[in-house]
Amino acid sequence: MVAVVGVGYSGFNSTTPDLSWKEIMYEAAVRAYTDAGINPRRDVDSFVTCAEDIYEGFAIFDEFVPDQLGAVVKPTCTVSGDFLYGVATAYMQIRSGLADIAVVEAHSKASDIQTFGNVVKFAMDPIWLRNIGNAHPYYLAALEMFQYMSERCLGEEDVARVVVKNKNNALLNESAPYAANVTIDDVMASPKLFDPMKKMEIAPLADGCVVFVLASDKVARELTDSPVWVKGVGWWSETYGYDTASLSAMYAYKAAKMAYRMAGIANPAKEVDFAEVDDRFAFKELQHIEALQLAGKFDSARLMAEGYFDRDGALPVNVSGGSLGVGNLLECTGGQKALEVVLQLRGEAGKKQLSDVETGVAQAWRYLPTHSGAVAVFGV
Amino acid sequence: MAVGKKDIECPPYAEGTPLSDADIKQKKVTYVEDHPDIRYSWTAGQAISKFLNGLKEGKILGVKCNKCGRVMVPPRMFCELCYKPIDGWVELKDTGTVETFSISYIDPDARPLPEPVIVAVISIDGASPHMGIMHILDEVKPEDVYIGMKVKAVWKSEEEREGAITDIKYWKPMEG
Ligand SMILES: [Zn+2]
Repeated sequence: MVAVVGVGYSGFNSTTPDLSWKEIMYEAAVRAYTDAGINPRRDVDSFVTCAEDIYEGFAIFDEFVPDQLGAVVKPTCTVSGDFLYGVATAYMQIRSGLADIAVVEAHSKASDIQTFGNVVKFAMDPIWLRNIGNAHPYYLAALEMFQYMSERCLGEEDVARVVVKNKNNALLNESAPYAANVTIDDVMASPKLFDPMKKMEIAPLADGCVVFVLASDKVARELTDSPVWVKGVGWWSETYGYDTASLSAMYAYKAAKMAYRMAGIANPAKEVDFAEVDDRFAFKELQHIEALQLAGKFDSARLMAEGYFDRDGALPVNVSGGSLGVGNLLECTGGQKALEVVLQLRGEAGKKQLSDVETGVAQAWRYLPTHSGAVAVFGV
Repeated sequence: MAVGKKDIECPPYAEGTPLSDADIKQKKVTYVEDHPDIRYSWTAGQAISKFLNGLKEGKILGVKCNKCGRVMVPPRMFCELCYKPIDGWVELKDTGTVETFSISYIDPDARPLPEPVIVAVISIDGASPHMGIMHILDEVKPEDVYIGMKVKAVWKSEEEREGAITDIKYWKPMEG
């Protein structure tokens, strides 16, 4: 068994002109180590950071991480993927006996990127995809959205409701810069930037950092009376390209299957108490709820309309406000989601605290233009 | 001493047969070219902002950690060895010692440079031993540079300085 024994975060903000990415990482790490009651110089056996060079703006980013994490002359590696991939990596290092205590870090300094659209385009195949037209690549999400809406017979309101729920949930989250008291009319009136996708259905970029301290069960019990267990992890990739992928979030379905099997969860819709899912485009929340088997294939929009996924509903989804409320944290997206799950399970979620929660799921997609993602199941 | 055979020559075939510019221009190789426009503006943050503002005033600033006693440059907000916030700022001298150097003859595209560039790691006077910055040397013949050479910063004029590491134009040997 592997437990989360410390969490820390910095942010989340729409921009952070006063701190460098190194200083954001230091701030989050110090909080996580204080929370865990450990000294990183003495106690940590392995450090895992999650970063993508092109988001950072310099190559071989892993070389830049030890100082601010307390990892100088210590085992350190970087996973080029979301925070949840880092959780899976640290989980394996602990389960294999390589480490008793492992640290996972991911951050976003998206405000340092001047040409985000071109950064996303840089992930597209340069030979047959990148230079087709000059539209901002968010259209990739709209392509998938339109197909999903037509397959599920969804109306525009069905997607708009996700924005209303999450931005309002975010009002209770003091670290959610895009919280807003919006109505369905506000969202419906939002301009369509990538028909059928509206501007308000796109999570704006945000800065921040999340650090977790993970430990083996023996060490976890020495460090804390209230560990949160990593019950299961999963990750999965479909195939490259919008011309070959199924556009049905198979990555989330398969990653969840892997994590549920590890966690011994046979009926997710009944056994999962709440979830934080990737909603960086509003329709993705509906698609991911379905892929995580929290609702039947044609049920997620209907249940959303009925308030089933509201914070006082039967299965709250994105009580943190999700990425629509907190912002798109790039590789730290899964970090924000896992953080919310852990805080809820500890009973430390403040004004957004849910009652009687024992099992929560965090899910992140590897963002445009991918068909990959990871899932982690946490429990007490 | 077993230093091996001297005067080893590279046989002509060992460097391979490169594609010529003509091969590429005539599209004998199938390829697609792309020139992405990707730009960043990295926030300097607390420590480096103060450092850069110092350079603009013609000063090199460092930080100190009272636990390990180190005076560090370039500055940071935390001591990475003690893993604690730094305890204060100190103004360092604009003189130092060459720790190591390289006389570099070609540019990043592997084209010969008109004049070689002497890149050096310079430990700064007033900072802890071996702490300093990498920069370039000038006003010195390549053959006269040595490890341990004392050097001094040559600054841009006050009007030209903009708060960048290039506010120091280069380092030159100290007289005497
Ligand atoms: Zn120190």
